[in-house]
Amino acid sequence: MEPTRSVQTRSRGRWLLLLGILLSALTLSGIAASPAVAEDGSAASASDEYEYHFSGNVQYNDEPLEGVKITVEGGGFSADTETDADGKWTIGVPEKTEYTVELDEDTLPDGVVVAKGENPRTAEFGLTNNKSVNFFLGEGTRVTVSFFDQLINRVVNGLNFGLLLALAAIGLSLIYGTTGLSNFAHSEMITFGALMTLTFSSDVGLPIGIAILIAILLSAGLGWGLDAALWKPLRKRGVGVIQLMIVSIGLALAMRYTFQFFYGGQTRQLPGASPAEFHLGPLSLSWVDVASMGISIIVLLGVAWFLLRTRIGKATRAVSDNPSLASASGIDVDGTIRIVWVLGAALAGLSGILWAYYRPGVSWDMGFQILLLVFAAVTLGGLGTAFGALVGSLIVGLFVELSTLWLPADMKFVAALVILILVLLLRPQGILGRRERIG
Amino acid sequence: MIDWGAIFSNAAVEVLSPTTAAYALAALGLAVHFGYTGLLNFGQAGFMALGAYGYAISVLTFGFPVWAAVLVAVGASVVFALILGIPTLRLRADYLAIVTIAAAEILRLLFTTNTFRDVTGSANGLSEYKAGFRALNPFSFSGKAGFGPWMFSANDWWNIVVAWTIVALACVLVWVLMRSPWGRVLKGIREDEDAVRSLGKNVYSYKMQSLILGGVFGTFAGMIFILPRAVVPSNYATSLTFFTWAILLLGGAATVLGPVLGSIVFWVALSFFSGFVARAVEAGWLPISEVQSGQLRFILVGVAIMLMVVFRPQGMLGNKKEMSFVK
Repeated sequence: MEPTRSVQTRSRGRWLLLLGILLSALTLSGIAASPAVAEDGSAASASDEYEYHFSGNVQYNDEPLEGVKITVEGGGFSADTETDADGKWTIGVPEKTEYTVELDEDTLPDGVVVAKGENPRTAEFGLTNNKSVNFFLGEGTRVTVSFFDQLINRVVNGLNFGLLLALAAIGLSLIYGTTGLSNFAHSEMITFGALMTLTFSSDVGLPIGIAILIAILLSAGLGWGLDAALWKPLRKRGVGVIQLMIVSIGLALAMRYTFQFFYGGQTRQLPGASPAEFHLGPLSLSWVDVASMGISIIVLLGVAWFLLRTRIGKATRAVSDNPSLASASGIDVDGTIRIVWVLGAALAGLSGILWAYYRPGVSWDMGFQILLLVFAAVTLGGLGTAFGALVGSLIVGLFVELSTLWLPADMKFVAALVILILVLLLRPQGILGRRERIG
Repeated sequence: MIDWGAIFSNAAVEVLSPTTAAYALAALGLAVHFGYTGLLNFGQAGFMALGAYGYAISVLTFGFPVWAAVLVAVGASVVFALILGIPTLRLRADYLAIVTIAAAEILRLLFTTNTFRDVTGSANGLSEYKAGFRALNPFSFSGKAGFGPWMFSANDWWNIVVAWTIVALACVLVWVLMRSPWGRVLKGIREDEDAVRSLGKNVYSYKMQSLILGGVFGTFAGMIFILPRAVVPSNYATSLTFFTWAILLLGGAATVLGPVLGSIVFWVALSFFSGFVARAVEAGWLPISEVQSGQLRFILVGVAIMLMVVFRPQGMLGNKKEMSFVK
């Protein structure tokens, strides 16, 4: 069975960053300097009738590309144009609102594609009447690979994705197990880790390894702070779990937009986000993928050791099983919950960093994009069971990646969420869950 | 200097706006789910999307008249409620929360994907579906009419009248239903499911009926929502559901008029806040950008949700005893 559809493999290597208006703060070497984009009235004649203009510059390897078709749509308006000999294009639009800008990949030279997730994209005007929209072009990933080779690559990618989901899911599951809270703000703890890494590596200029360590420590601190400032006082007030869940939704909304407030709406790249790939037979991998999987496996083994072999870990499982009985046996329930929050937040932060490399990119809502997948993983494995969360995550990760063999890429999350509903229909307690939990 | 008149009149316009009516109706649906039955529906955006797309696609793709398009939208939301309810209503409350939020996202992704572009318009959404509705408009004056800050065109007045009439009818319906034996069973389920079951009531069936009723309210809200604007998939993200929840908790979850009052207060306050911040930014009082001032409102809504739930769970109009089921 040979797929005839041309697929874009998740090859992040060799993305040539064309225009760096949003990315000018990056310290990555090899970025082309921001080009002179028409910011004023140098619009082409076709767009003179409108006040607002989108413009851009299509280049590949510093060579302008001519005749690339660009389409702008939105609010019932639609227009297209082609790039001129300098690779420049301009489209006038009637309203200062949000538009979708799409680059027609068929008009690019063979072996050149737009970076994944960049096309089509939405654009909005800021304070000016001109907005530049540029696409990152990459080399030769629009290839047709044999079904078997694709399958192997998808399985490995799926494992990678599943492992990073598992890091977040175990924290979510432990928090649920010990406090009964379905923490919708977990997504913001994921985003926080990636944003802190971005801040300390790209903005402060520290080496990436140190930035990651600082980010994980700060994430752990965030978990400590949230429990100390918010969740523990609410537990002491006797606030019910449904109320706590709604509080976590409010907290998630407030945190997410606070991130956007300070970091803006754009996607930025972490250092080393475009590594070279190497090939192992049909498998193409980068060192980032390998490191990501290695780190995930080591950390997950560490968490397993912690839960099974240490006193605190055993206390955690005891509280998760039955808080009153644990308390009666002399276990410090509040102290255990505090440790769970710190551990869960640190794991979520690490998961966010790996997610930033997997996507790739750091943005204010990146955690929210996978929150439902994390919930699906936790529910699939059995709410409140740490190892169920691991199994569920691997299944969700594999399912998301494998579904792209048959489904369009923009529907891959749909498949995982449909699976969530099917599992609840067939085995509501999850794979490793126990029946009494579903009440 | 700050133009207070413009800020106040913009805020006053929100009192009558069809958008306010749409949120009020969606929140009333959640009141049926959460306030009266104890169901945690976090997928109200999905029901609203079904209303919007069900109506627009029926008109644009199939050329249905207005009444048939409304029926299609309502039918779609009944089916959606059944799909959500069958696996989850037997389980504990938070399963329904996770499944509804996931199902609403599935719908949004299906409406956004390029695969069904011909029908859904993918990310650009749909427009041009309003002719049939406007043909029914009895107002025929040209220009604007009204009083004070409420000066609208004939089409706008038609939107406002239809929107608020539906909200009023829905409020009466909920009030009557919740005083009926059927409503008392729902409240019983909210307080103690097992007790109601031991009285021989089919709890599962009652929960399903409640889910369908509130979902249909959400669908009508979705149709009202698209009267003054186009159908755009990004409008149906989870933040729509969260705004609706904020309105419900603000007004009072187990009340009939709470969602209406909550929606009016919410949108007037938000419009006032946004207007003030935007003008303060222009005047240079606040060291933030125009875009950032738009994000402040989301932060405010998030904090408001947290504070309401913790300090006044019954909302503005509610009775604290009615909220004792929230454990």
